Amino acid sequence: MADFEAIVVGAGCAGSVAAYELARSGKSVLLIERGNYAGAKNMTGGRIYSHSLAKVFPDFEQEAPLERKITHEKISLLAPDACFTVDFSSEAMLAPNSDSYSVLRAPFDQWLASKAEEAGAEAIYGIAVESLVKDETGKVIGVKAGEDEITADVVLLCDGVNSLLTKQAVGAARPPASGIAVGIKQTIELPPSVITDRVLSGSDEEGAAWLFAGDATKGTFGGGFAYTNKSSISIGLVAGIEATMNHGRAPVYQMLEDFKQHPAIAPLIAGGKVVEHSGHMVPEGGLSIMPPLVGDGVLLAGESAMMCINLGYQVRGMDFAIAAGMHAGREAARALSAGDTSAQGLQGYTAALENCFVMQDLRQFSKVPSFMEGFHRMFDGYPQAIRDIMNTMFVVDGEPVRPLKKNLKPVLGQIGVVNMARDAMGAMKAL
Amino acid sequence: MSVQQITVNVDGYLALNKYEVDEANAHIELVEDPSDEEFDKLVMVCPAALYKREPDGTTSFDYAGCLECGTCRIACGDTIIARWENPQPTMGVEYRFG
Repeated sequence: MADFEAIVVGAGCAGSVAAYELARSGKSVLLIERGNYAGAKNMTGGRIYSHSLAKVFPDFEQEAPLERKITHEKISLLAPDACFTVDFSSEAMLAPNSDSYSVLRAPFDQWLASKAEEAGAEAIYGIAVESLVKDETGKVIGVKAGEDEITADVVLLCDGVNSLLTKQAVGAARPPASGIAVGIKQTIELPPSVITDRVLSGSDEEGAAWLFAGDATKGTFGGGFAYTNKSSISIGLVAGIEATMNHGRAPVYQMLEDFKQHPAIAPLIAGGKVVEHSGHMVPEGGLSIMPPLVGDGVLLAGESAMMCINLGYQVRGMDFAIAAGMHAGREAARALSAGDTSAQGLQGYTAALENCFVMQDLRQFSKVPSFMEGFHRMFDGYPQAIRDIMNTMFVVDGEPVRPLKKNLKPVLGQIGVVNMARDAMGAMKAL
Repeated sequence: MSVQQITVNVDGYLALNKYEVDEANAHIELVEDPSDEEFDKLVMVCPAALYKREPDGTTSFDYAGCLECGTCRIACGDTIIARWENPQPTMGVEYRFG
């Protein structure tokens, strides 16, 4: 008999929720986390859309260490010397299941893991899984951690975007540099009321999510972000690894430093104290780099399976991880009860993902990553064009004005009407 | 990229992080005599600035401030990264905010 019915590797969003579901189903489950506590190795931009969390924990709003409810969506096109911003707020995005929250992963993941432990999961921290244990047929039957071999009827790999185990589990290739971005972030402390006032959010419980295209990455593929937490602002950028290593105009840390000093950003963080400098990868390639989700005795959930969508105006990963973790836990429990944890026996998991937004949204947006990577003018071209157009509207210098048409012509001419039509068509097709 | 563009002291930022550095074991190893072209790719993408090129052209790499993101493994896993492992358990970076 195995030591546990299930072993979950990684106490992030997917892992802790999977362990919670397994424990709730009465299965014996071991949750193994290599950090000294859940979240110790994790980082997000970041914001979580609540819909999938609410399914697992209906009372999350009272219980979870959320930072601020996002009440303002801001998107900017950033030129080196100008910033064009849309600031959107609406009642629709505050409704239950449609709301979203800024979070910090160290506190958030510890809460999620505590839910799994309260439900009966056994958790060990500061222990790394070095490899998987397989039987003579190749079925995963446990893990090797330190000196120990721990066996289980099913192993759930929820060990994140940089998983070193998915190759052994399901033969996953190392993802290509074209499908992955690097995220760099600083957490900058400020008094809550100062943050509230700077983003006009109205209360210290509410805040803004702010995304930037253009000069944040000095014109190459990627974008900047800022999320307001209770008493800090998370500011950073995400840059395509392949694009940056081949064509980047500065290292990512210098991009971030210059972004922080941009006249549109500097006032947001002025007087703040940097308290953490972090990095993490973002599997933007999504479906195109997704490995098989199940193997004999093993399944993958969250970013170890590259579950992520970045549309430029919408970045999602944690809501996918929580939904996938929920289904992984429930379907693994079902397979355990049925006595079949072979790849065939675990197919309920892939079916459940196909039947919900996880696979459906990944499919819907499967063309976005390659479109975005080739959408050069979004990062270098449109931010300057919108600046030039806005300048014709807002700059009044006493010189006799020229007709709008004359002002717009050189701006549009620089990009080309054909190019603009092509970009619009490409965006329509991808989105 | 010219080195003169670098105005930020990333090591100063890393000093704000909590680490338990494993002095005895390097969890990332480069090949011997890595190519300049590949090394410069890592200069561009490593968020911790562990891969440095000095104004005189000399290079240096120190795993101690690693954020364990794996970006160098994705960028150069086939070229100049000879070995990439997570630090030993309880070692490495420990995010307090994340």
